[in-house]
Amino acid sequence: MIELITQPWSWWFSGAMIAAIMFFLLFFGQSFGFSSNLRTICAAAGLGKTNKFFDFNWKSQIWNLVFLVGAILGGFLTKQFLSTDAPVQIAQSTIEDLSKLGFAAPESLQPAELFGLEAMFSLKGFMILAFGGLMVGFGSRYAGGCTSGHAISGLSDLQIPSLIAVMGFFAGGLIMTFLIMPLIF
Amino acid sequence: MKFIKFLLLGIVFGIVMTKSEAVSWFRIQEMFRFQAFHMYGIIGTAVTLGVTGVALIKKFKIRDYHGNPIVFSPKDRSVSRYLLGGSIFGLGWALSGACPGPMVVNVGYGYWAMAIVFFFALVGTYLYGVLKSKLPH
Repeated sequence: MIELITQPWSWWFSGAMIAAIMFFLLFFGQSFGFSSNLRTICAAAGLGKTNKFFDFNWKSQIWNLVFLVGAILGGFLTKQFLSTDAPVQIAQSTIEDLSKLGFAAPESLQPAELFGLEAMFSLKGFMILAFGGLMVGFGSRYAGGCTSGHAISGLSDLQIPSLIAVMGFFAGGLIMTFLIMPLIF
Repeated sequence: MKFIKFLLLGIVFGIVMTKSEAVSWFRIQEMFRFQAFHMYGIIGTAVTLGVTGVALIKKFKIRDYHGNPIVFSPKDRSVSRYLLGGSIFGLGWALSGACPGPMVVNVGYGYWAMAIVFFFALVGTYLYGVLKSKLPH
């Protein structure tokens, strides 16, 4: 049983669990959309005084901040109790493609070349992390949602705007993967 | 106490995202290179069940636990904001290998570098607020 939990979970079980989380949030009178938290945190930090986009009743969104805290705890609990920290079993073709960009085969969940302490404190490494975050934050609010809000919640409701946003996610992702990353790494 | 259910759902979310490896930069790269079914399987399963469930909620007018109807508000009609905003999001998603949820899950897992990514996601959100009126929507 423990072995079943500590090994990586199947795509179908994980997908079903994500749908279940969405339905529980709907049942509790809310909706599944994680990037709203970014705006809420800006508002809670008092940025509504200088910009009206952040001037709203952020306290109505505390439930989502609590969800965020839970997500951090979930990552922590998995690391402590439910993980073997085994290398991610990605496709051989991906390993080969990434090695051309200078990435070693997976040794754990994330590449040390991007998320290790050495990378984090190098200028280039820091810039990559910063720009990545900047684009995710800017883009998700511009598009009005992220993977949870558009790809899961929006598509489940057959919303055309969400379909367009998801097409955008992939357009940007493919440009980064095939055109920009070979220039950076 | 009314928030405890959201804390529990968040914990489950964090565990599922980590155990499915959807929080891994490697998995996101594998997805954008179309070299495995894994991520498509996760998102596809969630959306298939999601579409079915949402249709059932609408058909049977299911209410939430407060007794209020569960309503789905249509998003504003536009192409440019979703395509442009989505593309910028996608650039960042492929580079950092994380959307906002997985960022904080990674921090919990012990990848402190993701805290930098998350901080700049906040900066990016603020930047959007500043530039909002000048952008095509």
